[in-house]
Formats: sequence, structure tokens, C-alpha cells
Amino acid sequence: MDRVPILRLGDCLLVTVQVDMHDELAMALQDDLTNKIVQSKARGVLIDISALEMVDSFIGRMLGNIAAMSRILDAQTVVVGMQPAVAITLVELGLSLPGIRTALNVDAGLALLRNMLDRADPNGHVD
Amino acid sequence: MNRLASRLPAIVEQHQTEILAEWVKLQLESGAWRAGRLQESQLRDESNRFLNLFSRTLASGSMDTRSAQWSDVRDFLADLSRSRATQGFSPSQVATFVFSLKQPLFARLRASLGGEPDAVADASWEATLLLDALGLYTTEMYQQARESVITRQQEELIELSTPVVELWPGILALPLIGTLDSERTQVVMETLLQRLVATGSSIAVIDITGVPTVDTLVAQHLLKTVSAAQLMGADCIISGIRPQIAQTIVHLGIDLSAVATKASLSDAFALALKRRNLMVVPTSNTTAAARG
Repeated sequence: MDRVPILRLGDCLLVTVQVDMHDELAMALQDDLTNKIVQSKARGVLIDISALEMVDSFIGRMLGNIAAMSRILDAQTVVVGMQPAVAITLVELGLSLPGIRTALNVDAGLALLRNMLDRADPNGHVD
Repeated sequence: MNRLASRLPAIVEQHQTEILAEWVKLQLESGAWRAGRLQESQLRDESNRFLNLFSRTLASGSMDTRSAQWSDVRDFLADLSRSRATQGFSPSQVATFVFSLKQPLFARLRASLGGEPDAVADASWEATLLLDALGLYTTEMYQQARESVITRQQEELIELSTPVVELWPGILALPLIGTLDSERTQVVMETLLQRLVATGSSIAVIDITGVPTVDTLVAQHLLKTVSAAQLMGADCIISGIRPQIAQTIVHLGIDLSAVATKASLSDAFALALKRRNLMVVPTSNTTAAARG
């Protein structure tokens, strides 16, 4: 079965969704990512969905859930590269992913992540 | 009543040339053809082609003008209606093209079947039914041609009315002018989001100075656009809120607290610059004095 690759980049994890997500893939990603965050003690997660062109309500909710889970595991999460069509669909579905940080592209997302981690206090808590 | 029962097809076929001559003469005499815009030769040619098709289709014996046998006639009339519509003819003038065939046709029927009143009545009735149906069809086609022109113009207007301009590298502005309906908002939303990606901008200023009224629907559309932009990682500022509109928004109980709002575009631009950690400073006094 396909897996979404999770790359380690310093103290951050880089998740690049390069195919259209189907339900099982999203569930697998949820498992993999949470495990990987705990294993690697990552402090930041960057989810790049620029190749994702279709979402339904389930995938939309999964995206929100995955981001929320990584936040609970104390990793700052940024979703980057959402396509216009995907953004419109999510808004029309009423899923505006509250509380999730977004950025236009990987560059901007990494800068934002870096910024948030730099502001973190010695205990690793932000804000 | 699906098959032709009378001798109409035979008569039309036999006397096609005479009917055509009389028909063209009548059309030219009626003067409704604005000789300047439609050449006599063209009218003659079109009449000839229609009569040929009509006669050939009559021979098939079908009475149903919506059936496959009549498709050649229908296609011809559709082309004719479209070209007449663009030439500026009115729908009744276009339909008259078909209806005016009745007079020469009936005259011919009477001349050929003079001795049999019943046969004349039957043939006339069938001819009337067919020509009426075809005449109405031209009107329908005419309407469709006009509607497609209107639709195209509407689309062009929508495209024209949603320019996205770059105020500064990384700062986009979307000056909205005119009433926002769902369809237009959809286009606005798509253009804005696409431009955000294309330019890599992180801030968009939506200026609603030119929007005459803001109701709950318009506000909802605006908020949707803002949330979509936020999902993509860009911030939106709404500017150009006139005093009346501010009052309306509050009276309607619309919550715009999630979005930064400014009274004028310049205020919004200043805020956008600030968010991008940019500053506009006056040039030094000496330069100003030297110029003055």
C-alpha cells in the first residue's frame, strides 16, 4: 500500500502529500505521523498539500485532525500550499480548519515554523 | 396524425419552381427584408434551398417536425435564424420568412385541387400545421441565438469586473465594483486565490468602495473568500467600508471580527505594509527643499 513519506528536517518533520488522498491513506498517515512525532521528538510539522487537488469532507476533516493531533503532541503544525480549488471546497464544506496555521508555500511555512520555534520558551512551550 | 395523408407532397414537388417564383416575389414586395441588409440574390438562394429541403422532407411523409426526417430543415432554419439574429432582424421578421410561404402554397393547392374542396381543405390544414411548427421553431432558435449573445456578454462583464492588482510585491488588491451575487463572488474568489498562488503574495486587500449595498449574503460571500485565503496561508484585509455600510453591517448583526477592516484603501495598504515589516518614509528635508 502507498504511504505518504515523512521526512526529517532538523527538529521538524516534513510531510509531503504527493498523490490524491484516499481514506485509507489518510488513516495511515495519521498513524505514521503521530508515531513519528513521538519517536523523533519533533517540535515542528510541515504538511505540504500542494499536490492535493481533490478533497471531500472526510479528507478535509482528516487534515484538520492530523494537524490538531500533532499540536497535542506539542509539535507546531503548519499546512502549506493549499490549492485554490481545495480552499474553496473546504470553505464551502464549512471546514475552515480553525486554529491551524497555514502558509502559501514550503519556504514561507518553514520561516513561520522557525519563527514559532524561536519564540518558544526553554521548556519547549510556545506562546 | 403522424403521417401526411393528403396530396400535398406531390403538388409541392410538381410545382416547386412556380411556388418559389411567387414566394420570392411576395417576399420582395412585402419590403420587410430591408433590401440594403439582405441581398436579393441571397434571399432567392435561401428560399430556394428551404423549398428544396421542404419538398424533399415532405416526400418522407412525416408530419412531426421534431422527428429525424425533418432534421435537415431544422438545421437550415437554425442557421438562418442565427444569421438573421446577428443581422438585426426582429423575431417576427424571421418567422415571416416561413409563414409567407403559405400564400403561394395555398394558391397552388387551390389551383391544382380546385374541383375537390375536401382535398384542398385537408392539404391546407397539413401545410398550415407544418409551416406553423417550422415558423415557431425559427423563433425559438432566434431566441436561443440572442440568449447565447447575452450570456457571453455577461461572462465577459464578470471577467472584466474582477481585476486583481499587485500593490506591492507580496500585497494584492482586489477592488470590487458593482453588486456581488453568488456567481460573481465565485469568480472573484477563484481569481483572487489563483493570483495569490501565482504571485506568492501573503496579503490581499479587498476593497468594497464600489459595492453599492452589503447584505447578509454579500457579507457571507466575503467571509468565505477570506477563510479560503486564510486556508491557503494568506491574510485578507477588507477596506472601503462606507459609513452607511458599517451601519448596515452592525444592524444586520454580521460578525466581521475575524477579519481586519479599514475605512479606506490607503489605511489598509499601510496595515499591509506594516504586517510585511515594510515602511514608507518621507525623503529627507534637504531633497524636498532642493526640489521645491
